[in-house]
Amino acid sequence: MNTMSSSGKRGFSVRRLVLGAMGAGLLALTAPAARAQAPAAAPAPAPAPAAGGGSNMIETIRNRGTLICGVSTGLAGFSAPDSQGRWSGFDVDYCRAVAIAIFGTDQNRVRFVATTPQARFTALQSGELDMLARNTTWTLSRDTSLGLDFPATSFYDGQGFMVKRSLGVTSARQLDGATICVQPGTTTEQNLSDWARSNRVTIRPVVIERQEDNVAAYIAGRCDAYTTDASGLAGVRSTQQNPNDHIILPEIISKEPLGPLVRHGDQRFADLVRWVHFGLLAAEEFGITAANVEQAATADQRPEVGRMLGRGGDLGQMLGVDNRWLVNVVKILGNYGEVFSRNLTPLGLQRGPNALWTTPGGLQYAPPFR
Amino acid sequence: MSVTTHTPSPALPPPSRLMAGGPLGWVKANLLNGVFNSMITLLLAYLLVRYTISFVDWAFLNAIWQVPNDRFGRADTSSCRDIKGIGACWAVITEKHRFILFGTYPYEEHWRPAIVCVLFIALYIVSAMRRFWRKELVLVWAVTLTAIGLLMWGGVFGLSYVPQERWGGLPITLILATFGLAFAFPLAIMVALGRRSRLPAIKALCVVYVELIRGVPLISLLFMASVMFPLFLPEGLNIDKLLRAQVAIILFAGAYLAEVVRAGLQSLPKGQYEAAEALGLSYWQKTGFIILPQALRLVIPPLVNTFIGFFKDTSLVLIIGIFDLLTAAKTAIIEPQWQGFAVEVYVTVGLIYFIFCFAMSKYSAGLEAELNKHRKR
Repeated sequence: MNTMSSSGKRGFSVRRLVLGAMGAGLLALTAPAARAQAPAAAPAPAPAPAAGGGSNMIETIRNRGTLICGVSTGLAGFSAPDSQGRWSGFDVDYCRAVAIAIFGTDQNRVRFVATTPQARFTALQSGELDMLARNTTWTLSRDTSLGLDFPATSFYDGQGFMVKRSLGVTSARQLDGATICVQPGTTTEQNLSDWARSNRVTIRPVVIERQEDNVAAYIAGRCDAYTTDASGLAGVRSTQQNPNDHIILPEIISKEPLGPLVRHGDQRFADLVRWVHFGLLAAEEFGITAANVEQAATADQRPEVGRMLGRGGDLGQMLGVDNRWLVNVVKILGNYGEVFSRNLTPLGLQRGPNALWTTPGGLQYAPPFR
Repeated sequence: MSVTTHTPSPALPPPSRLMAGGPLGWVKANLLNGVFNSMITLLLAYLLVRYTISFVDWAFLNAIWQVPNDRFGRADTSSCRDIKGIGACWAVITEKHRFILFGTYPYEEHWRPAIVCVLFIALYIVSAMRRFWRKELVLVWAVTLTAIGLLMWGGVFGLSYVPQERWGGLPITLILATFGLAFAFPLAIMVALGRRSRLPAIKALCVVYVELIRGVPLISLLFMASVMFPLFLPEGLNIDKLLRAQVAIILFAGAYLAEVVRAGLQSLPKGQYEAAEALGLSYWQKTGFIILPQALRLVIPPLVNTFIGFFKDTSLVLIIGIFDLLTAAKTAIIEPQWQGFAVEVYVTVGLIYFIFCFAMSKYSAGLEAELNKHRKR
């Protein structure tokens, strides 16, 4: 394996190119060309995607030195590269948070891999990714048959409709006979037809692959309405020349709990991802922000805050990371509210169901840290 | 035996009346002869002028080249939104050109992919000149491609290591197209020869390969490579995403090019084969010295056609989340403040594609004329 040291990068890749060209049948030949980061302890033949049981993901990630996190190829507010090619967004911050929990304050410990809706699950199943934070809806079939787990719901969303105000439509039930722009390969398309069937509304879906093209078609009048998650609609609406020309209809036709995913097989890593989310929530609940977290870590007298921030007990070690994990995460990224307002508020999104449970209508709730 | 006498034919008028009577005369004779033609000419001229003027207005006179930052340090595009439809917002290019060209490659290291693009273009130019068509050219290619790999990956000579998923933009398009065609072309020649082989096993293999690959769209091959293939690999063993796409493109281009090459082989008269055999040449000598040089010369236009097609087809890798030039451009306009300026971005990217494709097409026209001189007598 030392032939794959960095000095031989080129030759290494050419060899892989040639080997790759020999095709899938020659698996045995490609094996020595595997990535150096292949976990040494991983069982070699893994027929089912759900395999890998017993492997310690956190240890693997630590040895590799980076967390590999799948994100969307581009969705405003959730994950998009900026002008300098740096990823930012709500989902991106979840990747960073997990990486910070594992590696401490070093910021460059995460590699973002852009994934398309069609390729995202395979990329996670095949071990190309450690986790996926890609505005993915938690459904029963995804949770079970794909061999994946949804440790947490980072964002409660729901599918809605946007129409032009000039259309005079005030309720989605009035959309009988309307053409509706929708993205394929997602739950959105299925929700639309489910809803149309159960409400006896005839709709003509116009299926367009990319969100921007969907929006362009809707703006150009190719469709009467555009349907996607309400968060997406708010984002699109806020960037129109005159946002008031468009209304988002009151009906929310689906539940879309979005959250990060991990592979079956290592529950400890799933636990970590879950508690990173809860940590962000708890930090907001206790009023701990990026600005005051250091001070709270040393001086806050509330016992639960002390345990959360690693002053008493070893909750961090139980998760398999440093006891100060949450201090590091909040110091760099802020609490859940700060993450939300940095990424999603500029799109015109309200907290809504994503408010803490202490606010009426809020669903975000963290179990106790003890 | 009758004696043929040669009588010179009477002198023909000059073949072209192009400039008889100067440009005005030409216009009169070709554009304004008759009422109907004159009307069409005038109408087209009117439309041409009208749309040229509005295009110039949109693209240059009313255009905005730069926008200020708002108090959060984000670009404030309200001035662009005000002139939407009247003037172009080139500010999106000013702001995003580095992202469009180089994707998510680390910003401080952009000089590396920039050099890579220059190296690629230099490689094309050198390879295009006939005086460099020697054995050493293979060496030049090997050295240049190695240098390109070193620059992109880094990790040596003090260059920081850049993993593949951060590559993007024009270098990706050039890598996919160049490696794709460079590997597909020899493969195609072998397959084309194999398909005309008298050995049944080889022939069957080549026929199956070509028909299988041609029978499915490129997008499904890319899909197979990126979605299905990894599931067959043991966990933890990952073959680079770009490499998988590259192999899919090579296999696909190989099948198409093979058929083009085969067309050339078939168009050669049988006498060429027989003459070569009569000289006592072996199969490879016959193929290398007699058949291929003539066959390839004949198929330059369809070859270049396929090359150009594949150069653009590389943009299909967007389906597997690789940021090639087009995908990077589309991604550049996802940020909320830049949404809605797709036209400007597409025009720019279209121009880049056009420059490359037009250069290929002009070069092939020149090459065709040069290599087929002996036919034009």
